[in-house]
Amino acid sequence: MKRSSFLFCLMFLISSLTTVWADDVEQQISQIKQVQKEGQGNLTASQAVQKLSKSDASALIPILTSFENANPIAVNWLRGAFEAIAANAIKQKTLPTQKLEKFIQDKSQNPRARRLAYETLIKVDLAAADRIIPGMLNDASVTLRREAVQRLINEAKSLEKADKKEQAKKVYQQALTGATDSDQVKAIVKPLRVLGDKIDLQKHFGFLSDWMIVGPFDNREKKGYDTAYSPEEKIEFSSTLEGKEGKVNWKSVNTEDDYGIFDIAKSISPYKGAVMYCAADFYSPQEQSLEIRLGTPNAWKIWVNGKLLFARNEYHRGMVLDQYNVPVKFKPGKNVILLKLCQNEQSDSWAQRYQFQLRIAHPSGIGVLSQKAEATTQLTP
Amino acid sequence: MKHESIKLLVPLIAVCLSCGADWPQFRGPLTNNVATLETPPSKVDQENIAWTAELEGRGASGPIVVGDKVFITSTTGFKQDQLHVLCFDSNSGKKLWERQFWATGRTQCHNKMSVATPTPASDGKRVFATFSSNDVVCLDLDGNLLWIRGLSHDYPNASNSLGMASSPIVVGETLIVPVENDDDSFTTGLDVKTGIARWKIKRPRVANWSSPAILKSSPDAEPMVLLQSSEGVDAIYPETGETAWQYEEGAGRIPSTTVGDNILYVPSNGLTALTPGSSSEPPKVLWKEQKLSPGTASPLVYQKNVFTVNRAGVLNCANPQTGKVTWRLRLKGPFSATPIAAANHLYLVNEKGLLQVVQLGADKGEVTGDIDLKETILATPAIANNSLFLRSDKHLWKISSK
Repeated sequence: MKRSSFLFCLMFLISSLTTVWADDVEQQISQIKQVQKEGQGNLTASQAVQKLSKSDASALIPILTSFENANPIAVNWLRGAFEAIAANAIKQKTLPTQKLEKFIQDKSQNPRARRLAYETLIKVDLAAADRIIPGMLNDASVTLRREAVQRLINEAKSLEKADKKEQAKKVYQQALTGATDSDQVKAIVKPLRVLGDKIDLQKHFGFLSDWMIVGPFDNREKKGYDTAYSPEEKIEFSSTLEGKEGKVNWKSVNTEDDYGIFDIAKSISPYKGAVMYCAADFYSPQEQSLEIRLGTPNAWKIWVNGKLLFARNEYHRGMVLDQYNVPVKFKPGKNVILLKLCQNEQSDSWAQRYQFQLRIAHPSGIGVLSQKAEATTQLTP
Repeated sequence: MKHESIKLLVPLIAVCLSCGADWPQFRGPLTNNVATLETPPSKVDQENIAWTAELEGRGASGPIVVGDKVFITSTTGFKQDQLHVLCFDSNSGKKLWERQFWATGRTQCHNKMSVATPTPASDGKRVFATFSSNDVVCLDLDGNLLWIRGLSHDYPNASNSLGMASSPIVVGETLIVPVENDDDSFTTGLDVKTGIARWKIKRPRVANWSSPAILKSSPDAEPMVLLQSSEGVDAIYPETGETAWQYEEGAGRIPSTTVGDNILYVPSNGLTALTPGSSSEPPKVLWKEQKLSPGTASPLVYQKNVFTVNRAGVLNCANPQTGKVTWRLRLKGPFSATPIAAANHLYLVNEKGLLQVVQLGADKGEVTGDIDLKETILATPAIANNSLFLRSDKHLWKISSK
């Protein structure tokens, strides 16, 4: 009787301590998640992260789970604590490998948390990559997906070398379904086209290729960037507007470039000190949070349904795919995207580009098409 | 008893003598590219490589050294959006720890540079790592996270599509972080303990890759910070960010101002020598010399000479009082890394990874040795523990006497 009482007390004590400890971990995570812009909450978070970093390995999964709904700064704070605990757990051989693997496979969890779990797991179990990565081809984690795509590219290359062209083609096609990074897409598309496949890269990436465009308006001395010309007030495709060089009208343009580049300088005119407005529709089946991904070497502003989303006053610092990722919430049905593109008056040979490429994508980078394929025809005057 | 005490003191003294000063930030303790107490090898060859540590990803930031620890930054990922801070044992080259974070700002940059281009800084207790994404991470020397800021997360238009390269510096309790670009351009002074801004000042809206320098006009004087831009140089108080005086005749946006013997050498109109100004008096121009125009590397003042390396890889040595060129030496370039100096020698590593050692004579310089590390090196090396520390994307090297 005495012995059983002692055991009961001991178990109660352990259970209480575990609850207190778990409460502490949750409290510390909660304090870290309260960090905001400009260092608000840093003092509390700093104390919390230092305490949390001393936790044992059982805190790892709660930390990963807490990534959901945490802001990007808080996620980095949490990662700092996670890595400190994981480093100790690896030394002490107490890393909860099975729980980590289960977490990685749970696609409802935060993609970055799953990636961090994966990076930690393969430090002690390299073979885990073979079990996990093949199933990540269409994953929400950009980096897990990238590894899955790379495996297929490597496999397809081997098949090509072995002259198994049809099999190689199928594997390349499979790889393309998950590929969004431009280097991988190029590595897939080039052999696929040689193997006879017709690939619509604009569709793959979700580029908008049909635009209505009007201009030029005056941007001498770069003053046009902050001048609200008529299209910023109202988009009326049938109207004639007062431009920099006289009357201007909206006209329909299109690009067939694989990467959706519309080159104003080549296709219309190499304007200098100019503003052009470009408009396109995007039809969404429901309200959804996506990203407008823009590349341009010119200064720009972008509106969706009349609301200014972002503006960038930078000229000729290069242009790449997905140079700017602008979060956007599309309403159901028709959404009107208006892009203001400004060219300056620099005469240097490297400062003559006047172009852009714009696509709609999930935050994971996967392209999203306008619901109606003929969407842009709605813009025809 | 006395004998025992002496026995205990001997190894302690030996340790102290073998430990030189730290190299805690870009261009060293005083941001002047000089290590005064160090004696790195004066003649080098492959046998001087004490150790080589492997790195992954990309990185054009220089190493820094605090005590027996070497810190560097790097990035991985297709978009270079995984930010790494690494710590190595300076004696063995063993990696002691590594921490990673995700970029919260844009990671686009010119192919030649990397998101990990700014050199980290330390106040001896903490390491401050900044990246082109304008993320600022503060860790203790054992890798424990103390605080993080995401300056592009806070100010989304603070970015540069060619990448940010300016390195932060620590002055007293303030970490000076330049975030100067074509749009939302500023420099901020962060409290080293919390990461919260003590001040934030607007800066010229032009992309800028130069780094701040320290001006300490006398041993007792409070240090000031020199911020260089296309408009010139502003001397500011590190605690408040207030401007003390300005030089307004324009300056370069890549090589940075260097201070030597209380004279500023500014990449402006070639090279311009200035005496510091004050709150009541602007700085005075001592001389301007087009022939001393630096390429990417910043100027160096050492042993009563001013040195620049031009775009053709020619090392110029000039009189710091007059700007008159006293000798020239053609080296194997091109150079991105700034030359550094110790023990009567200059150490210059070119972009192809060739480290060249120049011995300084009265009226000429002479190459006394080189090591071909055979990898692209853009980062300015560090001098500490009587050794040189260099990094490429793939490796970190320690070069010591045999």
